[in-house]
Amino acid sequence: MPDLIRLADIDKSYTRGKERIAIFDRLNMHIPAGDFIAVMGPSGSGKTTLLNLLGGADRPDKGTIEFDGKRIDNLKENELARWRAANVGFIFQFYNLMPILTAAQNVELPLMLTNLPAAKRRDNVATALKVVGLEERAKHRPRELSGGQQQRVAIARAIVADPKLLLCDEPTGDLDRATADEILGTLQLLNRQLGKTIIMVTHDAAAAKFAKRTLHLDKGKFDERELAA
Amino acid sequence: MTSLLNQIATITALNLRTIPQRGWMSIATVMAVALATLVLLFFLALSNGLSKTVEGSGADDIAIVLREGSNAELNSVVSKDQLNILATGPGLRRRDGAPVVSGELLVIVDGIKRSTGTAANMPFRGISADGISLRKGVTITEGRMFAPGTNEIVVGAGLLREFAGFEFGKSIRLRGSEWTVVGVFEAPGTVFESELWADIAVTQSLFDRPNIFQTMRFALNSAADLATFREWAKADARLKGLEVLSEREFYAKQASQSSGIFMIAAWGLGLTMAVGALAGAMNAMYSSVAARASEIATLRIIGFSGVAAFVGTLIEALILSALGGLVGLILAFVFFHGRTTSTLANSSFTQLVFKFDLSPSLVASAIVFALVIGFLGGLFPGVRAARQRPLLELAG
Repeated sequence: MPDLIRLADIDKSYTRGKERIAIFDRLNMHIPAGDFIAVMGPSGSGKTTLLNLLGGADRPDKGTIEFDGKRIDNLKENELARWRAANVGFIFQFYNLMPILTAAQNVELPLMLTNLPAAKRRDNVATALKVVGLEERAKHRPRELSGGQQQRVAIARAIVADPKLLLCDEPTGDLDRATADEILGTLQLLNRQLGKTIIMVTHDAAAAKFAKRTLHLDKGKFDERELAA
Repeated sequence: MTSLLNQIATITALNLRTIPQRGWMSIATVMAVALATLVLLFFLALSNGLSKTVEGSGADDIAIVLREGSNAELNSVVSKDQLNILATGPGLRRRDGAPVVSGELLVIVDGIKRSTGTAANMPFRGISADGISLRKGVTITEGRMFAPGTNEIVVGAGLLREFAGFEFGKSIRLRGSEWTVVGVFEAPGTVFESELWADIAVTQSLFDRPNIFQTMRFALNSAADLATFREWAKADARLKGLEVLSEREFYAKQASQSSGIFMIAAWGLGLTMAVGALAGAMNAMYSSVAARASEIATLRIIGFSGVAAFVGTLIEALILSALGGLVGLILAFVFFHGRTTSTLANSSFTQLVFKFDLSPSLVASAIVFALVIGFLGGLFPGVRAARQRPLLELAG
């Protein structure tokens, strides 16, 4: 499969007070389209920073990031926002749904960034909710849904604009085992049947088994053998 | 563009729908803006009502003569001789061959205000027989005009509303003399309603000011005759030191002196309170942004722009302050628009009766005032919202 993402010679650091904390030093990585990768590693290893960079939510200090053959690291803030809206779906540990909105309204949010007419938006929302098995819960607010159902709504929101890449930050970290497995099964389905490329950060080895491969990250470096595999 | 508008509408709707979660803070903001608007409107309506009343008292075809440089009637002195000379001037309207003229004397007497029960100065004016016909819009609504040469007075309806003891038929003692109220007159929307009138000769005599006048009023044939009369008076050495004004010019001058103080108070106090309201609005909006930090970060990660986050926050602030402005306006209309009040006229040191008047332009000013508070209150929190970085760790 051709590469969907290529990271070349990425440097990334943060400053905390006067201290400079290096996260990545000349990181290189490529992710084929259709891959499903679990990224594991201890706290502070750079997992979330990696997701921020892959999702165009943050920029590297040095190096280039290509997505589908085009550089995204040099895009301006508003261009990056548009790029994210069109190409990336985000799934968060705590779902990050808007409490005041219904499930359908939450799922519709990414479509508000498009010029789709309201009727078409409604159709797409219904389809996304059907994919995650929640079409009956469209009018419920987050507080009226279980944790697993809320995460399904978040998945529907992530896929409603049909992005190529899904970035999941501990998507089952707040769920019990059975519900977590259901959610991971859904992600697996999205990868296998819809061809979504998925990068999932997790601390849970059982969750990582749902991915096609697992990469371990420690102090900003991947295990070279895993990366080459 | 459609996308940006969609984003703004979405964020604004989210902001507004979550206002109840920040209920008390939002109510405090609305009330702070309402209070600032109310105080501003109070003084603006006061100033406007006063201006309208004083300016409404003026006609272009009535000439008033007083001592040059005297800002107030009380400072003016015009002699009987000068009155006789002026009465021979050009352009004066005549009745039965005689000019329509009134030599007048203004003195201050005490009255008891109904609202407070305290003493306050009232204008007592001695006028000639033609005095009433030299004031437009004056009608006797109860009783009759005073008879020349008697201790009779007529009282303005505005003064009667504000002061006790001057009811029709009553006898009152003023500066050691006994007076009888024989009539009540109305002259809506003018300063005349704030006065007591009596015969000039009796006034001069009983107030111990023999042959002293402060102002002269003359009826002109037309407004165009004012210039001729003025030039003629200026050219006569015997009338040196006198100033000729149209009645409209005279009251406009008085109005600018009196209402100017209220305007300063209005904007001074209004702006001071606006600073407080602004702090409240800014605090509420910073709280709003802080409370929604995770939501804003999530929306930014999804792809919503910083501009939408900024505008959404600003619109929330504008809506809260507009609501405050509206509450202030409603309170102003309920509590003081159209209400009669009186104040010390700085030109005569007497009480002037007038009505609070909220004109459409004042309503517009109040709305703009509230929106400016909202705009400034939402500006910096809006910038903070726009700068919220779209990082996963910030989304929580």
